[in-house]
Amino acid sequence: MAEIFVAKASDMQDGERRIVRTPKGEVGIFNYKGAFHAYANTCVHSGGPACEGVLVNKVLDIIAEDRTYQGQTFADEMHFVCPWHGYEYNIETGVCAGDPKLRLKKFETVVRSGDVYLVA
Amino acid sequence: MDAINNEVRNLRFDSYDTGEHLKNAAKQARARNYQDFLIVDVDSHHYESEHYKDVFSYIESPVLRRTALESFNRGGRSSFMGSEVGYQDIGGRITRHWLRKHEKTPADRHRDITTTLRWMNAMGVDYACLFPTPMLFLGTHPQPEIEAALAQAYNRWLCERILQEEKRIVSMLYLPFNDPEAAYRTVQEFGGKPGVVGFMVTAPRYKPVHDNAYMKTYRLIEEMGLPISFHAAYTWGDQALQLTNRFIGVHALGFMWFNMVHMTNWVVNGLPERFPKLKVMWIESGLTWAYSLMQRLDHSYMMRTSDCPSLKRKPSEYMQEMFFSSQPMEMPDDPSILEATFKMIKAETQLVWSSDYPHWDFDLPGVIYDLPFLNEQAKRNILGANAAKLFNLPLQPVKTIPEYD
Repeated sequence: MAEIFVAKASDMQDGERRIVRTPKGEVGIFNYKGAFHAYANTCVHSGGPACEGVLVNKVLDIIAEDRTYQGQTFADEMHFVCPWHGYEYNIETGVCAGDPKLRLKKFETVVRSGDVYLVA
Repeated sequence: MDAINNEVRNLRFDSYDTGEHLKNAAKQARARNYQDFLIVDVDSHHYESEHYKDVFSYIESPVLRRTALESFNRGGRSSFMGSEVGYQDIGGRITRHWLRKHEKTPADRHRDITTTLRWMNAMGVDYACLFPTPMLFLGTHPQPEIEAALAQAYNRWLCERILQEEKRIVSMLYLPFNDPEAAYRTVQEFGGKPGVVGFMVTAPRYKPVHDNAYMKTYRLIEEMGLPISFHAAYTWGDQALQLTNRFIGVHALGFMWFNMVHMTNWVVNGLPERFPKLKVMWIESGLTWAYSLMQRLDHSYMMRTSDCPSLKRKPSEYMQEMFFSSQPMEMPDDPSILEATFKMIKAETQLVWSSDYPHWDFDLPGVIYDLPFLNEQAKRNILGANAAKLFNLPLQPVKTIPEYD
């Protein structure tokens, strides 16, 4: 295991990310609400660059008490989306939105003296 | 071993390169040694709408040409072509759909040749059959003469600007099926052109394939030894599909529905007996529809042979002699279910791989190459050799897969 310098924490605003090439393949590191999350940049579906897509909140159907449909809204849960086919992943867990049995390989991150490191 | 450069990069949403977008596909292609054998993609696309001004200039009728060009100048508000409601890019989640406008290409080649070769090389594809995108919906245009005019213009444009210039790109040309005479003339005009490997009917439409008006066209295509294909699509204008309220519904059903109708009519009206040497291909409906329809028609046929007296065998036996493109290939968690589908359609000789790139649900060659129940020869047949036979293409690989470190 090695620590790879990613960026100064102050250079990565909320929602920003970096892609790091490592001996274990590419890894995407996200800053989401002040925490750093790192995942393999390889989609579980067909190997697309999963960490390089857009960030978008999970979509919810609004179902009223009487079970009627009242439209849609965004949940607080944030997803990043593989740009090849649209597989969505929870940014805080790496779990696939379409099938919770699937998840991206997770990597550790360390913040030391204001610098963000990836452990890979 | 070379030292690893732990390069750190930021993402950019103001630049785009098809090869870079697909670099993981190129790594897969190299890891699986695709350079060693032929891969043919029987269904891929470009966005002909980005070249409408040029395409429209090929319209023969001066009146329709002016109408089309004027319409183009005013954009979508006065569209000559009509449009189809749809959300192919999943609300912006498929980034190549909106990033591709940033892609830089050299001025000395047609942009669509450059971008097509970029994805072909990245995936390990030697030859690709290129189809239009918005024109997939042209069969629902209310004016048959506009379908015919556009088909002729597009086909001439494609032959001159793309097929004549790049041998690795071929096409089954658009048949203006709502005008049977125009469809016949299309086969006459383009049947021997370089790069023309067959003819394609867009499936969403409301003229039945067994109409007598089409028989001379089928006979001509059969005599030429070329395939006729039915390319699936959806239309939310269809009354039954209007019952769906989400794009996933209209897309999943629509892409099966029209081909199921056309296949049923094709078989029960005995067209395989009338045109025994005509090669028929069904594109972009996945595979499960065929598995289902074969069983459904066989079951009814045994009780209702009088409904289809032209048949000498069960419907599935005719269907097993047709060709099926693979994408979007269903991937059940239990591979034995997929294996049964492959067995039903005689995949080793009748299945032809397709990517559908750059559309949102494209497949890589790995969907075939990574299957645990196929041997190496079966994989190579499905990925290239079957299509090479169908399209009369050389078996020698010609691609160069780019290297990414």
